[in-house]
Amino acid sequence: MRKSLNLLLVGVGGQGTILASKILAQVGLEAGFDVKMSEIHGMAQRGGSVVTQVRMGEKVFSPMVARGAADAVLAFERLESLRYLSYLKPEGSIIINDQAIAPVPVLIGAAEYPENILEYVKSRCPNTIVVDALREAVACGNAKAANVVLLGVLAKRLDLEKEIWLKALEAKVPARFLDVNRAAFDAGYNL
Amino acid sequence: MKELLSGNEAIARGAYEAGVKVGVGYPGTPSTEVLENFAKYPGIYAQWSPNEKVSLEVGIGASLAGARVLVTMKHVGVNVAADPLFTLAYTGVNGGLVLLTADDPGMHSSQDEQDNRYYARFAKIPMLEPGDSQEAKEMIGLALEISETFDTPVMLRTTTRVAHSKSLVEISDPVKVELKPYQKNAKKYVMVPGNAKLRRLAVEERMKKLAEYSESVSVNFIDRGDRKVGIITSGISYQYVRELLPEASILKLGMTNPLPEKLIKDFASGVEKLFVVEELEPFIEEQLKIWGIEVTGKDLFPAIGEFNTDLIKDKFIAAGLLPAEEAQKEAAAAGEAPVAPGRPPVQCPGCPHRGVFYTLRSLKLVVTGDIGCYTLGAAPPLEAIDTTICMGASIGMALGMEKAVPEMHKKTVAVIGDSTFFHSGITGLVDVVYNQGNSTVIILDNRTTGMTGHQENPGTGRNLLGQEAPAIDIEKLARALGINRVTTVDPLALEELKKVIQEEVAAGEPSVIIAKRPCALLSREKGAAYQVNKEACNGCKKCQRLGCPSLSFLKEEKKAMVDPITCVGCGLCAQVCKFGALTQRGESNA
Repeated sequence: MRKSLNLLLVGVGGQGTILASKILAQVGLEAGFDVKMSEIHGMAQRGGSVVTQVRMGEKVFSPMVARGAADAVLAFERLESLRYLSYLKPEGSIIINDQAIAPVPVLIGAAEYPENILEYVKSRCPNTIVVDALREAVACGNAKAANVVLLGVLAKRLDLEKEIWLKALEAKVPARFLDVNRAAFDAGYNL
Repeated sequence: MKELLSGNEAIARGAYEAGVKVGVGYPGTPSTEVLENFAKYPGIYAQWSPNEKVSLEVGIGASLAGARVLVTMKHVGVNVAADPLFTLAYTGVNGGLVLLTADDPGMHSSQDEQDNRYYARFAKIPMLEPGDSQEAKEMIGLALEISETFDTPVMLRTTTRVAHSKSLVEISDPVKVELKPYQKNAKKYVMVPGNAKLRRLAVEERMKKLAEYSESVSVNFIDRGDRKVGIITSGISYQYVRELLPEASILKLGMTNPLPEKLIKDFASGVEKLFVVEELEPFIEEQLKIWGIEVTGKDLFPAIGEFNTDLIKDKFIAAGLLPAEEAQKEAAAAGEAPVAPGRPPVQCPGCPHRGVFYTLRSLKLVVTGDIGCYTLGAAPPLEAIDTTICMGASIGMALGMEKAVPEMHKKTVAVIGDSTFFHSGITGLVDVVYNQGNSTVIILDNRTTGMTGHQENPGTGRNLLGQEAPAIDIEKLARALGINRVTTVDPLALEELKKVIQEEVAAGEPSVIIAKRPCALLSREKGAAYQVNKEACNGCKKCQRLGCPSLSFLKEEKKAMVDPITCVGCGLCAQVCKFGALTQRGESNA
C-alpha cells in the first residue's frame, strides 16, 4: 500500500456515488488507515453533477483531493469523467462507466454533449478503463448496483485484500441487497 | 472504538454522549442530518419545529426546565431565530444550550453566503468552530460545559465541508446528566426593560470572563513549527493549511468568540510573517488589526466562496510561501479538451411541481417563488419563477406587488411548498386576509420536505421520532384564516389545473390552490414508462418544454425519445403532445 490514496467519485445525482464512497471509506477504515471523505449534497442530488472524494493514509488533513492529486477517478457517467479529469494524477487511473446521461441544457438544445469524450480521456490518460457497469449490474439482478460493479473494477487495481472490500460491503449495504451487491462486486472484479 | 462519521453524525453522537435530552430544529442543508441522527438514540426527545424561531423557543423552554439542549439550523435559519437568540444571550440558560449554525461557503445549496461568527459577536455569546468530525463531537460537550459554566447559550458553527465530510471519531458511552431543577427567577427570565437593563451588565461581565477562558481552552492550540511563517486559522481551513505547510507554525482557533487576545499576541510576536486563513469574512483578521497586529488576510485570500487546497496553494505560491508549479503546461494541455456542458440540478422525472410550473409559464403569470425543490422551476426550460428571497417570502411579496400595482393580482401567483408554508407562509397568508389582498397562493403540497431529503412536517402525519402525529389540514387551515376560495387539485391533471388557476387569479378575493401529490421520490408506485410513436411525432419539441430529464430529442430523426429506465409514467408529456405521439407502454400493445 502506498503512503496515501486519493480517490474521486463523480457522476449524476441518483447514481449511487455517495453509497459507493461510503463503502470506499469503510474499506480505508477496515484497512487501518486514517480516512476522510467529502460528500457535498443538497441540491445536487436532483440530477445534478455529483462529486465525492475519499482520502486514506497514515494521516489525512484536508477531506478534499487537490487538482492533479487523485490516484484514481471513478466516473459513473461519461461527461462527468471529462469534467473532473484535471483532478487525476498523470500516472493515475480513470474508470469510466460507459453511460451517457444528457444534462438538461443538452436536452433542451442549449448545449452539445461532446461525442469524443472517451477518445480525449484516453489520449490524456493511458490508464483509462471503460466498462458497461449498467449492463453488468442488470445481469446481476439490479440496475442500481452499477456503483458496486465499478467498485469491483477499482478493487482489482488497488493493492488491498479482497476480504477488506467484502467486509466493507457488508457494513454499508442493507442486508436485503447484499447478495446482488456481492455479485455486482465480483462482476466488476472479474472484468 | 473508532467510527467513520460525518460532522453532522458526530455532533449528534456528541450530543448523545454529553447527555443532551432535547434536540430541536428545522431541516436545512447542511444541518439536517444532525437531528435525524440524534433522533435515533435512546432516551432522548427530538423534534422538527415549523421554523427556526420556534425551534429555538422550544429549546429555551427545555433549557430553563433543566435539560441539556441542542438546537440546529442552517445559517439563514439563524436569521429567523435571531429575535429570541439575542434576548437568550441576556437571560442565559439553566440546562446547557448549544445552537448549531451550519454555514454554507460557496452556496452549495443556499440563497446567500453568510458568516455567522458575526452573530456570536453581535449577540455576545461564545462561538466554537470544529475542523473535522472528532472535533465536532468533542466541541458539543465543551459547548455545553461552557454554556452551563458561564450561563450563556453557545453557538457551534460548522461549514458544509465539515458537516458533510466524514472522518474518524472515537466513540464513548454517554454520561448521565441529571436534569437541573427549574427555578422561577423573573429578574433573569422576564426581559422587561427593568430586568433587561441589569442583565445587559451581566452579559458584559460574562464576556470578560469568557475572554479569559478563551486564552487557555484546549480547542485553541498551537502547532509549533518554523518561526518564519505563522498562520492563524479556524475550522476546515486548518486542514488545508496543515496539509500545504507542514513546517509552518499554526495557531488553530477552535473558539473564535471571544478571541484570546494574549495567546494571539504572543503567537504573532513569535513569528516573522503572520497570515490569517479564514473562509468568508475577515472575522479574526479585523480583531487582530484593531489590536494593532500586522497581518495578511483578505488581501490575499478571497472573502467570497469556499476554500480548498488548490485555492490556498495558489495564494501561498503568490505570497512566496510555496514554490511555483508548472501550472501553464497543465493549462495548455487542458485547452484541447472538449467542452463539458453544465449539469444543473433538475426536477425529477414525475415531479408533481412540473405540471404547475409548465401551466404558470403557459399562462404568462408573474410568479413569486419560495425556497425548496420547486425553486428549480426558475431554471430553463420552465423559467416560471420570478422571485426567490427567503422561506415564506412568496406570499408577502405577492401581496406587496398588488398593493403597489392593484391590477397585478390578476396576473400574479405566489407558490410555496407545504413545509415552507408551515415554516413561515401561514403568517404571510394571515397578512393577505387581514390587509384584504386578492393574492392567489398555490401551495405545492408534495407531502414532505423534499429538498432536504424528505423530513416530516406538520402536514405529513408523522414526527421526527417516526411516530404518528396529527396531520394539519392545509385546506381547513386556509379556510379558518378567512380564505373562502380554497381548491385542491392534482398538479398532474393539466387541463383542470389550468382552469382552476385562471379562475382563481381572476377572482376578486384571495384564494388558495393546493396542488397536492406526493414527491416523485416518495411514491413507490411507478407507472409504466411512456414511449414515442415515431410516426405520430412531428418533432415539434413541445414536450421538451417540460424539462423532464427522461425526455430527450433525437436530432437526426427529429423525434422525441423517452428513457424507459428513468420515466415514472406521470403522463405529463402525453398531455402536452397535440399529436398523440406519447403513449404509455402496455397501452398500445394491449
